[in-house]
Amino acid sequence: MSDVSTLTRPAAEAAPPAVTAPERRDRRGVPPLLSKGIVNGILLAATLWTVLPLTWLVISATKNYADLYQTGGFELARIRLWDNLVHLFTFGDGLYLEWLRNSLLYAGVGAAVSALISVMAGYAFDKFRFPGKERWFGLVLVGVLVPSAVTTVPLYLMASDLGMTNSFWGVFLPGLASPFGVYLGRVFSAAYVPDELLEATRVDGAGELRSFAQVAFPLLRPAFATLFLFGFTGGWNSFFLPLLMLSDHHLYPVSLGIFTWKESLAADSEIFYPLVMTGALVAIVPLVIAFFSLQRYWKAGLTAGAVK
Amino acid sequence: MASTRSGTARRQYGVAALFTAPFFLLFGVFTLAPIGYGGWLSLHREQTDGLGLGGEPQQVFVGLDNFAQALTNTRFLGGFLTVGVYCAVYIPVMVAVAMVLALLLDSAYARAKRFFQLALYLPNIVPGLIAAMIWLYLYTPGLSPVVDLLDSVGVPFSLGSDAGAVGAVANLAIWEHTGYNVIIFFAALQAIPREVIEAATVDGAGGVRVAWSVKAPMIRGAVVIAVLFTVIGAMQLFTEPFILMDAATTINDSWTPSMYIYTLTRSYNLGGAAAASLILTVVLAAASFVVTRFSRKGATP
Repeated sequence: MSDVSTLTRPAAEAAPPAVTAPERRDRRGVPPLLSKGIVNGILLAATLWTVLPLTWLVISATKNYADLYQTGGFELARIRLWDNLVHLFTFGDGLYLEWLRNSLLYAGVGAAVSALISVMAGYAFDKFRFPGKERWFGLVLVGVLVPSAVTTVPLYLMASDLGMTNSFWGVFLPGLASPFGVYLGRVFSAAYVPDELLEATRVDGAGELRSFAQVAFPLLRPAFATLFLFGFTGGWNSFFLPLLMLSDHHLYPVSLGIFTWKESLAADSEIFYPLVMTGALVAIVPLVIAFFSLQRYWKAGLTAGAVK
Repeated sequence: MASTRSGTARRQYGVAALFTAPFFLLFGVFTLAPIGYGGWLSLHREQTDGLGLGGEPQQVFVGLDNFAQALTNTRFLGGFLTVGVYCAVYIPVMVAVAMVLALLLDSAYARAKRFFQLALYLPNIVPGLIAAMIWLYLYTPGLSPVVDLLDSVGVPFSLGSDAGAVGAVANLAIWEHTGYNVIIFFAALQAIPREVIEAATVDGAGGVRVAWSVKAPMIRGAVVIAVLFTVIGAMQLFTEPFILMDAATTINDSWTPSMYIYTLTRSYNLGGAAAASLILTVVLAAASFVVTRFSRKGATP
């Protein structure tokens, strides 16, 4: 996996050697306006393709069942977003609010704990010397490639043996260990925490725990934010594990809740269509907030993982 | 208190163990143990002995029987065929689209690069379940402008056909994941030393030629990683067809290997589900190996 860390560089070296011409000539002709139009036109078309389905969801969340079928998908009818929201949050004694709270616990608290665990382990792999270090790290890298398909079913059975299938912990705990997070944690630690700085704090007599908490962690905050964001979106989107584990409606995360509503569509379309549409829209809001408030970090995280 | 060199080293073992223990503990319990347990389960079958109602189900050792059954089950094998066709449609299109968009973003003509990146990435943060629900409605004739548009240009679309179902899921996956790979490819393109591109330009290559013959081959590494992760994700396809199942008559409860595993689990054929999961994992490992091997071979002509 070491080639991951040097992916772009060998490629760069393999490129044709720099031009030997002693002086660079002027760039060739002025870019025609046409190229500019084509480039931005294609980008705009792709953007429409990614954004329009979401626009459709927003518009649909403002309609009742009749309007949904009688008006075009991108056509506004009477705006009933407020009515739909009231319906959403009051239906079944505020069941949706419970689901939102559950998702915030599974995904939000889970991602925070998971990010801390990953940053600490990644930091240890980067900064400490201990026997068998690279072998342990090899185990982490193998973990990155383990498909969830192979662990989910046995996890469900283990939980069932322990009587934990229908419990908060059965969904919360399995998501905490993230091999990819540890890998990123190590990459980030190498990039953000200078060894000399740690040497200096050691000379000053600070213990390892204190130098991590007071010196290294503040520098690793972008790493923490990135890992939190990944964990949060992953946890919020998780579907297969809760689907197997949970049968109590009150423990559902929001994704599973919306799914059960969708399954009830045939039973009573007039009630459930607006619930599903508005519920789906509201379920995306926390992700959009997390994404935009942490957008300074996500790109660094994505590219550190895959490119650098 | 000044510590000796060996004192520092010893202290580092302890502190390293302390820092990595939470991860390895959780990893052991929630990843390694399930793999081991899955292996054990795959060799057993649950049987209720006696005829009475009170008999506790017992795990009986059946050797490789579960594997033999899975490997001769046409529904399970059919799932691999579906996923294979799906990968063959989805991955080349997605990678090509992501590459073209990344190259366009990287070109000197592109405006509002930041906005385009954010907008293209947006579907990636939408939960797969919700994305599938949105597209389910967008695939519904009468409700959907997309289907009407396709009809009007003479391309009839129906979820009811095999090709329609694969196409629908592939389009959904392309919508969800292209933006992610655009970001990755774009970042890799930005890391290409400018001199290389200038050199090619001085040599007389035009913009499109530079993009295609100079820039694209240089981010080969990023493309290989993207293909690798996409293959791993795509072969475990579950949520999207699971949601589209109601509307698409050709999508049944064993349309993909993961759906087959879910169905077996729900019918309490746990040994069968465990064996099928392990077979899926082996196929995944083989596919990952082929992707990395194939790319390495290509890199050293």
